Amino acid sequence: MNVKKLVGEARFIREKILHIIEVARRGHIGSAFSIVEILVVLYENILKIDPQNPRSKKRDRFILSKGHGCLALYAVLAQKGFIPQKTLETFCAYGSILGGHPQYPKVPGVEATTGSLGHGMSIGIGMALAGRIDRVQFNVYVLLGDGECDEGTVWEAALSASKYKLDNVYVFVDYNKMQCYGSTFEVLDLEPMLDKWKSFGFDTREVNGHNAKEIYKAIKRAQTVKGKPHAIICHTVKGKGLPSIENAAGWHHKAKITDEDFEILAKDLRSVSK
Amino acid sequence: MRKAVYEEIYKLAQIDKNVVFIGSDLGRDVLKDFKQRFPSRFFMEGVSEGHLLSMCAGMAMEGKIVFVSTIAPFFVRRAFEQILVDIAMHKLPVRIIGIGGGLVYAPLGPTHMAIEDLATMRAIPHMSVVAVSDSVQMRKFIPQTLTYKGPIYIRLAKGGDPIVTPTGMPFRIGRAMEFAKGKDVYVVTTGITLQIALEARKKLSQKGYYVGVLHFPTIKPFDTKALLGITQHVKAVITIEEGVQSGGLAGIVSETIAQHSKRFVRVVSLGIGETYPVLYGSQDKQLEFFGLTSQNLIKTVERVLR
Repeated sequence: MNVKKLVGEARFIREKILHIIEVARRGHIGSAFSIVEILVVLYENILKIDPQNPRSKKRDRFILSKGHGCLALYAVLAQKGFIPQKTLETFCAYGSILGGHPQYPKVPGVEATTGSLGHGMSIGIGMALAGRIDRVQFNVYVLLGDGECDEGTVWEAALSASKYKLDNVYVFVDYNKMQCYGSTFEVLDLEPMLDKWKSFGFDTREVNGHNAKEIYKAIKRAQTVKGKPHAIICHTVKGKGLPSIENAAGWHHKAKITDEDFEILAKDLRSVSK
Repeated sequence: MRKAVYEEIYKLAQIDKNVVFIGSDLGRDVLKDFKQRFPSRFFMEGVSEGHLLSMCAGMAMEGKIVFVSTIAPFFVRRAFEQILVDIAMHKLPVRIIGIGGGLVYAPLGPTHMAIEDLATMRAIPHMSVVAVSDSVQMRKFIPQTLTYKGPIYIRLAKGGDPIVTPTGMPFRIGRAMEFAKGKDVYVVTTGITLQIALEARKKLSQKGYYVGVLHFPTIKPFDTKALLGITQHVKAVITIEEGVQSGGLAGIVSETIAQHSKRFVRVVSLGIGETYPVLYGSQDKQLEFFGLTSQNLIKTVERVLR
């Protein structure tokens, strides 16, 4: 694992996302920027996947359960060769394969249609159980949002993953502590977050969600723990990399980004990149 | 037909190793043989219907043919989104068995009776909807579900329903079954209203009226050709279903006739109106309350023929 390379990758992905936004002028920007490091670590160093063989039976499955973070996923999938780079510019356009939430099996590399929160972990558990029946070894990685943890089905799935001792299931929570209306503390407080996952029988750890090394080490440690599903709580910042909109309510989703707004974002990214 | 459905699923599991059964906190006796012989393919989950159906989707995406079962409303109401978004949208081979569809669980109250299931499931693109009448139909139907493309909602009745289907009568998903030919009036049925219609026909024939009985165990895909076949010559069609009038059998029959029939045909629908089944008792008492009886059907036929 090369930390410098991952940091560079993350910067590149942020620039790519900004390019998509420049063309499309809409998106869940904050939600995408908070998960960049998580995705980069997974796709560069963890996931056993092959863009030439995206449906191979033995592949690891990654499910972006917080589907609205898909700008980051699309940028990463293009980077890894699952989709052409040019396709990124068609984000949300009529007839594009890339929409505001990812669709399976339309987009190569996307494992499930998400967008409505609270489905991804359950789908992943179904995949893991099917793999167990067939005695095929693969890991399932699911990335949840924190607001998503408001959904009851997340906890139904947690009970189930624990019941089946699915130690090949890894749940990440993008704990940026912001949802649409405001902070999670204000809307529906999830604390104590770690304790919740521990009490549901998960091998639980927390990391700085923007520190690639920490994320990588946490996954590697989790992979040594058998008999339990894993939860990795990633402390992140919504909009990380764009200081003007970090933690700003109102930037959960933008349907129309003006030239002025875009300039602010571009300037932010250029200043952070220096 | 309860016994029939589970026995047939067990047979399928012996034929195809991709067949998986999932129950949501069902009774301990369900599919004991299956569980014993194929423990890795038998799942008894908790009261987590939303999670459960997404889990079924995940399994089906990996090539499994999933049979999943619980009391009907807990799937079709509580987990409607999972059925539509995770299963139907992707045409996954999940067979959703809704136990006690209609008024079966009368003593347990309105929370346990999905009277609108035929209507709501019919509205979902790519979803097939089947309500057979007896164990003979069930035993012909389930084997076909092994290779049938796409998801199916299966309304499972009480069990012990009177057998009216001759063993030699062909059954095909998507095909209507003509149980009796008629001239001026046809009664169109689904599920256990077939038995009600046949009883009514017998009594009416003693008075010299010969109503046809055209049975649609498959609400969707609907056998339009069969229905339009009878509209060539009838005065009226009477639909009778153990469910809401809005959108189920009455819905598809009315739509088909209104949109495709070359001549005017009157449609009279017997079903549950703008109300809920809150009176407990028994399925028979509830059917009586809603006028879903052979006596009321006879009266309706006589009224229509006047």
